[in-house]
Amino acid sequence: MSPLIKNIVRFALFLLVQHYVLDTIHLHQLVTPYIYFLFILWMPFKMNRSVQLIIAFALGITLDAFRSHPGFHAAACVLIAYLRPFLINLFIPQEGADSNYDEPSVQSMGGYLPYFIFVTVLTVIHHAWLFLLQAWQFGNIWYFLGNTLFSTAISLLLIIITEILFARKQKFRTNTI
Amino acid sequence: MVLEFRISILNILAQVRNVFLFIRRYSTFLFFLILQGSCIYLIIKYSKYHQAAFSKTALEFTGTISKKYNKVQYYFQLDKTNADLLKANERLLNAQQKNFNQPDTLNLISQGPVSTDTLQLNRKWLYMAAKVVQQSTIQQNNYVIINRGSNQQMKTDLGVVDINNGVVGKVVEISNNYAAIMSLLHKDSKISAMLFKSHDVVGTVSWDGRVPNIVQLTGIPKSAKVVAGDSVITSGLTGTFPSGYLIGRVQEVLPETSSNNYLLKIKTTVNFYNVQMVYAIDNLQKKEISELEKKLEKKNN
Repeated sequence: MSPLIKNIVRFALFLLVQHYVLDTIHLHQLVTPYIYFLFILWMPFKMNRSVQLIIAFALGITLDAFRSHPGFHAAACVLIAYLRPFLINLFIPQEGADSNYDEPSVQSMGGYLPYFIFVTVLTVIHHAWLFLLQAWQFGNIWYFLGNTLFSTAISLLLIIITEILFARKQKFRTNTI
Repeated sequence: MVLEFRISILNILAQVRNVFLFIRRYSTFLFFLILQGSCIYLIIKYSKYHQAAFSKTALEFTGTISKKYNKVQYYFQLDKTNADLLKANERLLNAQQKNFNQPDTLNLISQGPVSTDTLQLNRKWLYMAAKVVQQSTIQQNNYVIINRGSNQQMKTDLGVVDINNGVVGKVVEISNNYAAIMSLLHKDSKISAMLFKSHDVVGTVSWDGRVPNIVQLTGIPKSAKVVAGDSVITSGLTGTFPSGYLIGRVQEVLPETSSNNYLLKIKTTVNFYNVQMVYAIDNLQKKEISELEKKLEKKNN
């Protein structure tokens, strides 16, 4: 499957799963698991950064359209899409690994630890920014701090399960022909 | 002279070039800032004018997808909906006029304040059935989307109840084929209500954004008789709902520390996790009332 079609299918699937499956789960009052932003973490290395931002914005605003209050998820998505390249540079093991593989994964980031640190940091940032904006808009700061903590924990658990269930096999490409 | 002029032009050009270099160097960052700014602008603008910002296109788009999904999901709830409809039907059958002895209209001397209406020309409330295609409970501002829009005689500001006579909310935005209802579980939702056992006090039902299906009734003075388990019903004062529709039952009675009022926690009659069939109620006499109010305003000014 070409990367373009693969990403379009992912975009739609992540949004539908997020809205119709995960948004209907209510763990202890208002804690909701999030997984749709994994789409942004899985975007290809080699992609114009402005294009990455636009795609992240589109993802967030589409979810917002479903949840009928625009802005919150779009803001969080754009933030993690902006920070993603810095983190990749920080955690990628050796020179050129990002040209040998297509997208971030356990394989291309060189092991479980760096990849999950990368995922954890971006998850925390996404949730914190999202709930902070909501707290600013609706008050109730302590409630949302707790929300950030629990939602992050549950989201991370879901992401780990997703990574195990849908293991992505990545081709190793070299420029030596 | 000419040389100086040339130098100054070169200086200006160099500065302009610096600006362009800066923009080019930080283009991604600037673009990021623009996107974040527009998101925050959307959030703020939306909270202030929640009716205007609920874009019709977005409603039409998400409504179409949700309708498809609901077709599948609804299948698993047919049992429960069927039982509810049966109960509602039973209640309506019992309320039919032919179940009661009619007064002898020929010998009637005194009439009520409203003209006797055997031909039903003097209708006040019009009920419009609709199917829910999407509901939410997990946000701070929850909406219920139904599949009836301006093409099907839906209007804004109508009250909405479910088949068990429980209040769902108020229509705030309509598109061609869908309408968005601000449910009771919405920060801006305020509905005039009274207690079933003490009709003389009227309060306001609102939601604090914490637990779904639990709302608050405020404005009931401590002199009123309040017991847990009492029904909370619509007051009918605002003209959006007929009086007597169930909002919920009193679950907990708390004294409000800063005032002389009670703070009542109410379990809603409508289960917002699973509301499938609703009726929108149009007040056909509301226009006349608002015209009267306008006249009064003019007189006072």
